[in-house]
Parts: sequence; structure tokens; C-alpha cells
Amino acid sequence: MSLNISQIVPIISVQVSNSENIVIVSADNLLFFFNCLKKHISYRYQLLSYIAGVDLLGYKYRFSIIYDVLSLTYNVRLRIKVYLNEVEAISSLTSIYINANWWEREIWDLFGVYFENHPDLRKILTDYGFEGYPLRKDFPLYGYLDLRYDEVKKQIVVEPIELSQNFRSFVFETLW
Amino acid sequence: MLLKENNLNNSLKNFTINFGPQHPAAHGVLRLILELNGEIVVQADPHIGLLHRGTEKLIEHKNYLQALPYFDRLDYVSMMAQEHTYSLAVEQLLQLKIPRRAKIIRVLFCELTRILNHLVAVGCHALDVGAMSPFMWGFEEREKLMEFYERVSGARMHAAYIRPGGVSADLPIGLLDDIFIFTKQFLIRLDEMEEMLTSNRIWKERLIDIGIISAKDAINWGFSGVMLRGSGVSWDLRKNNPYEIYKELNFYFPVGSNGDCYDRYLVRIEEMRQSLVIIDQCLNLICEGEVKSFNTKITPPSRLNIKNSMESVINHFKYFTENLIVPFGETYTATEAPKGEFGVYLIANNTEKPYRCKIKAPGFGHLQSLNFMSKGHMVADVVTVIGTQDIVFGEVDR
Repeated sequence: MSLNISQIVPIISVQVSNSENIVIVSADNLLFFFNCLKKHISYRYQLLSYIAGVDLLGYKYRFSIIYDVLSLTYNVRLRIKVYLNEVEAISSLTSIYINANWWEREIWDLFGVYFENHPDLRKILTDYGFEGYPLRKDFPLYGYLDLRYDEVKKQIVVEPIELSQNFRSFVFETLW
Repeated sequence: MLLKENNLNNSLKNFTINFGPQHPAAHGVLRLILELNGEIVVQADPHIGLLHRGTEKLIEHKNYLQALPYFDRLDYVSMMAQEHTYSLAVEQLLQLKIPRRAKIIRVLFCELTRILNHLVAVGCHALDVGAMSPFMWGFEEREKLMEFYERVSGARMHAAYIRPGGVSADLPIGLLDDIFIFTKQFLIRLDEMEEMLTSNRIWKERLIDIGIISAKDAINWGFSGVMLRGSGVSWDLRKNNPYEIYKELNFYFPVGSNGDCYDRYLVRIEEMRQSLVIIDQCLNLICEGEVKSFNTKITPPSRLNIKNSMESVINHFKYFTENLIVPFGETYTATEAPKGEFGVYLIANNTEKPYRCKIKAPGFGHLQSLNFMSKGHMVADVVTVIGTQDIVFGEVDR
């Protein structure tokens, strides 16, 4: 980065992990921050690669939303992190990066983080009528419902899942 | 009762149809709600998720080695490119260097995979548009490529060959000779394919000026790979952000000028030729040596060592029960997969399982522009646009 970013926009902290730059910002001035990143002559992060959500169950801020932007001009990547608690909503980036649309829909679908001013915040990956947010850490791997074709009723039935054996997750911290 | 013309026009509504999810041109399970004004597309609303298998959730519950085969099953026409990205991400977190022979083998197979993918991309695209033969020819060549997969890994498609720390096994004797023979005859096959399509009047009429994306739009929509280069943006991670041995290789990547479907087709064809150039260089560069890192905490010991040393037996047992432990850290590693930038965002928490593994699939980003690209075109052109985006639902739905 040619110019110290913290002189222009308010940020919380800067980290470097594996020679990748990470900036942590607060959710309040998110749009202003991304506007600067995209349009400022010394950054030019024109391309939004992806948006990811992470569930940090057990921490004060439960969710972290990760934005990865790429500057084709300077050939650098920047990762932006925003931390949210369980009830907070975050403003949508669709007004700055058009392709934030589906990535935000995905996070809404899988994590249940609400995006304000999103033009079309529908579910995207899960089934029509699916309930719950599957990528949250407290959502069980097998889910709650089982879907199968009933030969007698000649239709698809949905019923609570029954496993003859629970999913076993081995912990190797203890020696056997 | 007289019907006034005005009233009649007011009551005309756009026609909404369901395209897919069983339509053969939908490339799998795309359900597209098309709003039509006559034959002109007014709006296209893709409904995805019909192939959603919860890969990211499953990976959180598997150890690092068990997570690897899921990557084969994402984009199931370019298998090794994705396990390569994942392996690079794990190696990045482990700060691991791998032997040179392993690097060359990886590049060799990544480029074979690129050909594998583009053959399906161009072949299926041609099939959707109405040309049957290139598809058949392409699949014949694919068969040979999958045979190479089979010879190194035992599996024709879901190879799980490139693993964290190197590749799973050394090349069998004679494979490189056969790859060399393949590259020589494949050029002729490629010419045949081009003879059939490139100057074909129907092919050109169906592709030229369809689904035009300007360079600015391509960047705005977050495109990558062929979709970005077809619009004239010179960007290829193999050159701009080289990994493995791409820095030493002498090749170029083609860039389109008009940003229409025809340009993207030409870019794909030229990329296949460049892949052949890279494969040729890899065949010359390849050296003797190990194909796995020596670190026994990260790679399993060889069979011979297991027979002779107790230490290796322990390592082998620990590796296949507990698996490798990755220290705290996070990384986003992206490579130039055949479809575009395929990235893995991995968070490790010092256990044998990833805390979070976000998969950045290029197809997901491309498909969301379908409405933008097909608006104002005919219904038949939607098929062309889907074909040119090279959509595979394994990676879009994950």
C-alpha cells in the first residue's frame, strides 16, 4: 500500500498473516471505507473476489464477515474483516460492488446475517422452505429433517431425522 | 362490445417460463425463471442450490486429508485444479516447501486439467448451439486425459492425487512418453475442432455480438479467468501471481477484444494450445527426486520405510488416524483454475480440522451476471450465454 490507509479512513487494526494484508473495520463506516478503497487513486481495489462469513461461536462478536478485494492496477489483495454480534445487521455492499449481491445472499442464507438495503435478499443455496442457518457452528452436521420418497403415499415426505448412530467426532487431544 | 386497441395492449403481460432444471442446455441443475417479451428476454432469474451438498460444512467436520476429495467433486470437470488450490492453501499455512519434481508434476497435471475442462466447455457449448461433432471429438480426447489421471492415481475423475506436501505417488514408468505422444496428436485434433467451428457461418452467427461484456463490466461483476480475459483485461494468476514453477515457464495468455461469446471461445482454444506448450516445457524440465515433502508429520512414509522402520509405522498410523495438525492462521490462496480464479479461504485453529473453509468458486460469480448478460437477447441466446460462462453446478452450489 503506497499510502497509509489509516490516515484516510477509520480502521480498527491492521494485521499481516502469511504475507496477506488484513484490515479490520467497524460496521458503521463500511460503505465509506469501500468507496475509498474502490475509487481512491492509490488503492483502486476495483474487483470484489468474494465475501465469506465465519461463525465464531462463543465470542462476544459472533460473526465475522470477510471481504476480499483485488486491485488489478497494483496487483494486490486486501482482506477486510467486520465483526458483528448475533443481532446486528450490516449494510449491503451492492451499491459499490454489484457482485456483492449473491455473496451476501449466500451469507444471509447460510449464517442468517441480515444485510441492510440489499435489493433482493432471498435464500440462495438451501432448498425452498428450508429453515435454519446451516453454516452456524451450532447447526448439526446432519440437520434436523430427513427427506425421502414414500412408496406408499407416492410422494416426498419430510420427517425428523433419525440416526441409528450419532455422528462421532473424534478428539485426539487425549491419548488412547 | 368493441375492444379498443389500447386496452388490449395494456392487458398484455410478459410471459414467464421455467428453463430447467432438467433442460440439457442448463448444464446440470440450473433453474432459470425467464421473463419473456415475445422472444426477447426481459429478465432472467437463476435459481441455484439444487446441487447444494454442504461441502463447506462437511469440511469443517473432516480432517485436512479427508477434506481433500471434496474438492474433486466441486467442479467435476476440472478436478485436479481444485485439489491443487486446497493443497497450496494448506501448505501456505504450514509454511511448507515441496520438492521440485512434485511442483512440476502438479503444473503438468494442472495444465492437462485445463485442456480437460476446455474440451468440455467448448464441446458442450457447441452442442448447445447445435454442432454435435466437436463434442464427440472432445470427449474422445478427454478419455485419453482421464486415462492419464487413472495411471497416476487409480481414479479416472476424482483423483485426490495432489495432496498437501506434494503428490500422492510418483509417476508410473512410461507415462511421460505417452503424454508427449498425446500432445503431438492433440494439436491436430484441436485444428480439426477449429476447422469445424472457428470459421463456421452458423457458429459465428450464433456467437458474435452475443453476451457482450465490456472490460469495465467484467471487473465490476468480479469476473475471473476466461470471462475476464475475453473482455480484454489482461489478468492471469499464473503470470500476475505465479505459484509453483509458472515463473520459469515461457507462455502467454490470450486476451479477447470484443468481450462477446466468440472471443471467449477463441480464448479457450488458444489457452488449450498454450497448455500444450506448458506441458511440453514441463516434460523437458522434469527432474529426478522426491514427490513428497520429507516432513513425516505432513506426508505419509513410503511402503518400503514402513516395512523396515518402526518409526515409520508409528508415523503412518498417526498420519492416517490423527492426520496433520495445522497451526493457527488463515489464508486465502487462489489459483488460475480453468474456469477462473478458484480460491480457498482457510482458517486453521491448531487442530486436525479446518475451522472454516470458504470456497470461492468462479462459476458462482459468473452465473450471477446471467441476467445482465442475457437481457435483451433472444431465448436461444440464453443457451449460448450459459455455455460461454462454462457453468458447472458442482462448484456453483458447493
